[in-house]
Amino acid sequence: MILGSLGRARVYDRLFAGLCLGATALAIGILALLLVKIFADGVPTLTLSFLTSYPSRFPAEAGIRAAILGTLWLIGLTAAIAVPTGIAAAVWLEEYAPRNNFLARLIETNIANLAGVPSIIYGLLGLGLFVRILQLERSVIAGALTMSLLVLPIIVISGREALRAVPRSQRDAAYAMGATRSQVVSRIVLPAAYGGTLTGVILALSRAIGETAPLITIGALTFIAFDPDGLLSPFTVLPIQIFNWISRPQSGFHDIAASAIVVLIVTLLFMNALAVVVRDRAQRRLRG
Amino acid sequence: MMTVAEGAARRSIRRDNAAAIRERLVELPLFLAALVTIVTTVGIVGVLLFETLEFFQVVPLVRFLTETEWTPLFSTKQFGIIVLISATVLTSVGAMLLALPLGLLVAIYLSEYASPNVRRAVKPVLEVLAGIPTVVYGYFALLFVTPIIQALVPGTAVFNGASAAIVMGVMIMPMVTSLSEDAMSAVPQSLREAAFGLGALRHQVALRVVVPAALSGISAAFILAASRAVGETMIVAIAAGLNPTLTLNPFVPIETMTAYIVQVSLGDTPHGTLEYKTIFAVGMVLFLMTLGMNLLSQLFVRRFREEYQ
Repeated sequence: MILGSLGRARVYDRLFAGLCLGATALAIGILALLLVKIFADGVPTLTLSFLTSYPSRFPAEAGIRAAILGTLWLIGLTAAIAVPTGIAAAVWLEEYAPRNNFLARLIETNIANLAGVPSIIYGLLGLGLFVRILQLERSVIAGALTMSLLVLPIIVISGREALRAVPRSQRDAAYAMGATRSQVVSRIVLPAAYGGTLTGVILALSRAIGETAPLITIGALTFIAFDPDGLLSPFTVLPIQIFNWISRPQSGFHDIAASAIVVLIVTLLFMNALAVVVRDRAQRRLRG
Repeated sequence: MMTVAEGAARRSIRRDNAAAIRERLVELPLFLAALVTIVTTVGIVGVLLFETLEFFQVVPLVRFLTETEWTPLFSTKQFGIIVLISATVLTSVGAMLLALPLGLLVAIYLSEYASPNVRRAVKPVLEVLAGIPTVVYGYFALLFVTPIIQALVPGTAVFNGASAAIVMGVMIMPMVTSLSEDAMSAVPQSLREAAFGLGALRHQVALRVVVPAALSGISAAFILAASRAVGETMIVAIAAGLNPTLTLNPFVPIETMTAYIVQVSLGDTPHGTLEYKTIFAVGMVLFLMTLGMNLLSQLFVRRFREEYQ
């Protein structure tokens, strides 16, 4: 009887191990399926003229020139706004804020909550604040400001982790030699935290590249047949162009949507790989 | 936190006034940058509150809560938010039904079964899955999953809740896995060893020791993932439809709160009109729902930390 129940338990043990392995295999299988489907649909229509043409009423003539340029403008501006702000906020919270300071703890809790706010809510903020009150209309700078607020928590959180990983002893050594706080931060802590901070920045920007909903909410256009030429220029980005083509009934547009997705995914995979390389190098340097 | 060296540095600063002012000038912009995050929250609440209050001056709260149709874009307008909420709940619950068991099983595999090498290989795959833009998942839902559902369940509409829910489940699964795995890894090794010492088998250790011990951390992961699903926009806007319908049928077109905001944003809605204000009222409901879930999840995380740290 005892042996029998132990035997049954052994069978359950095997079954459960198989179930866990199966779930993992399923997850990997779904990713493979998704990539195969998109590359199979998208690669045949991915031509050089697709990359350099403006959108068109005819799928065969349409391209993503305006979307690529709009994405570059948006990400460049977002990086210029969010990266210095995010790192500065992280430095204040880690290096300057007094411990158990009420304001510092409020900011900390607030950042944790902001990270969980749906991206479309940031779109409503951008619509109310940047598009209406600041009268920036549907411009690329309104989009970049919205996107900056969206990725700021990611940069602050990863920046703080990177700063925290710098050994206390390095700061103490610098203070002992008479360095001021700002000197310790700019010459010791920030250079040492460079790798970890950069990883967070890359991940934050790749999040911004793929975001669609907040930009639709602020009213980014879906049909742009010119290059963006300044901060107040109307713009579109790759995900919005993709969304627009998916929404059309003709399958020709679905195929070029897949082509644009291939461009987007290859860019993101490249950035992801870059982040992994930077992270590994930074970890090795901190240890060594 | 202040060390001896730091204290000495501070005292020398006090002696040197010019240097002290310089230090202040460095700190100020850093502090203002940190303050931007507070301003963001104030901005979100302010914008939502302002437009929502204007909305409720035209449409009484009672109508918003009790009407059973959502037709602000028609001539006979009804404002029953329950219609949009039901669609959001339908797709989110569907997504969780897939993501919870699957995500938890993968987490158990990674934390309790897999060798370090396998873990190193599987984790990047999950990171890639988590990093795929949601518009791409939308494409996958509409053009890959929906045709399969239509073949299995004849009569399924092109836009339906089921397809969106399944793909959204795939999207939030990596989040369930990675947060649950973090919680299980934090369970002290001694608990496992004690159970093994009593003759427990691996699945017994995993299900009767590790998972219960990590339960509050796992709960936090589930709630956070559900909040992600509630706020998710592109998958439902593409695959679930833009037809506000009060139904629990997963095979017909519906419209979630987020999809409604997208629908209005795509049109040319003039600033100041009632239609314009509806998206802020809907946004407010969405914001409160996700905020409540996030706070609840933080509560669980705090309890988990108290147990093991």
